[in-house]
Amino acid sequence: RDSLFPSSAAHSPPAGYPSILLLNSSPPTNTSRLVLCPPRRKCSIPGPSDHETNHTALTNGTAHQKKAFPVLDLNYEHVHAPFEISLWVLLASLMKLGFHLIPRLNNIVPEKKVPPVMNADVFFLCLLPPIILDAGYFLPIRPFIENIGTILMFAVIGTLWNTFFIGGLLFAVCQINPGYTMDLGLLPCLLFATIISAVDPVAVLAVFEEIHINELLHILVFGESLLNDAVTVVLYHLFEEYAGAGTVTVLDGFLGIICFLVVALGGVLVGAIYGILAAFTSRFTSHMRVIEPLFVFVYSYMAYLSAEMFHLSGIMALIACGAVMKPYVEANISHKSHTTVKYFLKMWSSVSETLIFIFLGVATVDGTHHSWNWIFVTATVILCLIARVIGVIGLTYLMNKVRIVKLTTKDQFIIAYGGLRGAIAFSLGFLLNEEHFPQKKMFLTAIITVVFFTVFVQGMTIKPLVELLAVKKKQEAKRTINEEIHTQFLDHLLTGIEDICGHYGHHHWKDKLNRFNKKYLKRYLIAGTRCEEPQLLSFFHKMEMKHAIEQVEKGGGSNVPSALPSTVSMQNIQPKKPTVEPERMLPKLPKGKEDEIRNILRTNLQKTRLRLHSYNRHTLVADPFEEGISDIILRKRVIQKQKSLNTHINNYLTVPAAPPDTPVMSRARLASDPQARGAKYNADNVPTFQVDLASPQSPDSVTLLNELKKVEDQGLMMKAPSSKSMEGERDQQKLTRCLSDPGPSADEDEDEPFLK
Amino acid sequence: MGSSKSSLRHIPNAQELIQDTGFSAAHIQRLYERFDLLDRDQMGRLRVPDFEAISHLAMNPIGDRIIAAFFSPGKDTVDFPSFVRILAHFQPTDDNRTRDSSGKEPYNSPNRKLQFAFQLYDQDGDGKISRAELLQVLQEMLGMQVTDELLQSIAERAIQEADLDQDDAISFDEFKKCLEKVDIDQKMRIGFLS
Repeated sequence: RDSLFPSSAAHSPPAGYPSILLLNSSPPTNTSRLVLCPPRRKCSIPGPSDHETNHTALTNGTAHQKKAFPVLDLNYEHVHAPFEISLWVLLASLMKLGFHLIPRLNNIVPEKKVPPVMNADVFFLCLLPPIILDAGYFLPIRPFIENIGTILMFAVIGTLWNTFFIGGLLFAVCQINPGYTMDLGLLPCLLFATIISAVDPVAVLAVFEEIHINELLHILVFGESLLNDAVTVVLYHLFEEYAGAGTVTVLDGFLGIICFLVVALGGVLVGAIYGILAAFTSRFTSHMRVIEPLFVFVYSYMAYLSAEMFHLSGIMALIACGAVMKPYVEANISHKSHTTVKYFLKMWSSVSETLIFIFLGVATVDGTHHSWNWIFVTATVILCLIARVIGVIGLTYLMNKVRIVKLTTKDQFIIAYGGLRGAIAFSLGFLLNEEHFPQKKMFLTAIITVVFFTVFVQGMTIKPLVELLAVKKKQEAKRTINEEIHTQFLDHLLTGIEDICGHYGHHHWKDKLNRFNKKYLKRYLIAGTRCEEPQLLSFFHKMEMKHAIEQVEKGGGSNVPSALPSTVSMQNIQPKKPTVEPERMLPKLPKGKEDEIRNILRTNLQKTRLRLHSYNRHTLVADPFEEGISDIILRKRVIQKQKSLNTHINNYLTVPAAPPDTPVMSRARLASDPQARGAKYNADNVPTFQVDLASPQSPDSVTLLNELKKVEDQGLMMKAPSSKSMEGERDQQKLTRCLSDPGPSADEDEDEPFLK
Repeated sequence: MGSSKSSLRHIPNAQELIQDTGFSAAHIQRLYERFDLLDRDQMGRLRVPDFEAISHLAMNPIGDRIIAAFFSPGKDTVDFPSFVRILAHFQPTDDNRTRDSSGKEPYNSPNRKLQFAFQLYDQDGDGKISRAELLQVLQEMLGMQVTDELLQSIAERAIQEADLDQDDAISFDEFKKCLEKVDIDQKMRIGFLS
């Protein structure tokens, strides 16, 4: 990471393998562009001068000799670079698909086509930022801040301990075992230890996502992996600079500490500035919704690059940028932009991760980088493990004296076991200058071994170990409105008690921050009146939506009033549910009240955001605001109203605990993929229209809509006062449909066959 | 804090308080100093205006309720032992002290903590949080930003969720059940009292 834009000579790839390089901006005609520059073939760099020369050459050629006009011609060089990049991305994605269909080890070595060698710059500039941005944007802020002390301890002190322990002992091993390949000074050892001791966010994310561990442990290990970047950067530069000189004085050490503070805080500051800028920009994008996601991505990437430019910690900048900008940006951007941001981030980070591991795999197999040395490699692996274990135990002992929630032995074991190394270590090793470090190849071999050991052995066994040790898993966060109300109440209570005691504790500062946020930041960074909305309210709306969806899922038929006998299907759907329901009957709301509630909810529903904990890449919970859901909710409300007008059946507001994701997931599939609907997608509870007649269990959302449409058309049961609101809703619905991504045509086409 | 037993002599019933509430001598000392600070007219008792003088508390949405919780029903002053006893609720739960000397549940057990919180909701002391009381709390917390209808819907939903015995109010047991997933000990604890 030292030299961001090296000239191509510094990283000349082995002969025969093309590599991806970044040209710097020194030659005037070549601006920074990605070019594939294989040594054997001529570098064809598209540029004005080149075109001219080609052109003149051509004309010259034609002047001398007229060739037959080529009907079919192959010009591979022209599309060279983008073609191969796309091919690799495609391959990575196909492999990802393959793994989910056929569970196998992530160990495929690509064919001997043109395996690329990972260039450190590609890694740091292209592959790493999406993953980190994804992590930062969806970072659960509250547990992060609550545990920040522990996380910092692990990140800073833990990494330092690891480095010096491993470095020192490796040096000792080298001294005991002298031999040419093992002739390492203390500084190279320390440098190597720096590279190998940092826990890697990519690997941690990849592994921890699968095991669904409880939030505390997840955030501890993950936070540590993010924040130790600053330490790594400083130590790496420090040792690299002085490895040539041979000694590190106390002054250097002192400067190193200052440098660390600068790097860490500077990175965060840079990130925060860009975050505020992004938030501010998003305030004005209400007329150009389409480019909103672009701002999010570009500002974040700029934050990363700016930080890297000043040798600050790019990872921390990226995290800070994402975390700072998120609450404000989310309040400002539209639903669709929000969805776009979420999906793009997940997509890019997913592809990046796969590519990284492919490159790692290739680099493993590629023999030219390796120089195997049994003693060194085994010593490294063993020392890494020991250092990690001792470090975790020691630090936990210290932290438990200060922490409220103590870390148990089980927790400590998982934290120690989850200290995975990954591609960052490898890339840092790759960046080493071979002249200064003749043992670079040995280093790389050792790094790869450790990475593979941690990722595969530890990564694969952690899941059964979690089961075996019965570690607390992630709680299915299905909060009730009561919980929300009461926890907020308790927060206020605690703040008040702290004030009475005169104790400036946790709650006091949180309260102060909230007030500051509300007074200053929100006013400037959030457009319109959204800044006023309290959290409890958004939670309530979110609950309403969820219940509404569950209602529709569970038994839309039961909500259908018995006075809608128009279509046979409707009658079949509606079961004659007797009043001996296992669910509770809720007290009937007076008619006027229900109207009001409906109106309020309708007006408010469109405005509120859903804040999803989407830091798991593989199971994105659907945003119920996606296409069609709001329509369903409106319809549902109408049905409810109808029902209460005609009968005395009460609302069902309780639902049995539905399997957490399935109905919503199927909803996501339905909502986001209209073609699936058209193709009669036969998944779990999404039957086709015909089948649905008999089973009230799982109505297809589309069918419900269509039925209602038909009902409307026939003008049944629409009393005068309600018809106006129906029309209003229909207009609204049409509007949302027109603006919806799946496109009106997909929906409309589907309507016809069902209604006929 | 360097306070020896001797300095506690001017605090009435200090030993008794220490045993009753589980505070250490240092804590009692510190609380006494705070009590003294709040007590503007130096009568050895706190009144409502003394509490209201705390600026941050005035900004707290449920500040009035908290203040009211310190005063036993019918009395309009708070003496030091009562002050300490209320604050004892916010100590971290001490698993070893399941029963203190007088056989009562210790102040900082989760049950007592919840009872304290429940009392804050239940202003009329009938052992249930009625719809009106819940509405009042919501109004205080959400302030002017929300329409009444929405507040009522929220209150409605909350009661429907929690009310298991269909009496249109939330009893203490139902309240406890709502919060079973929440770590009460962590939620209701003040750091310096540990």
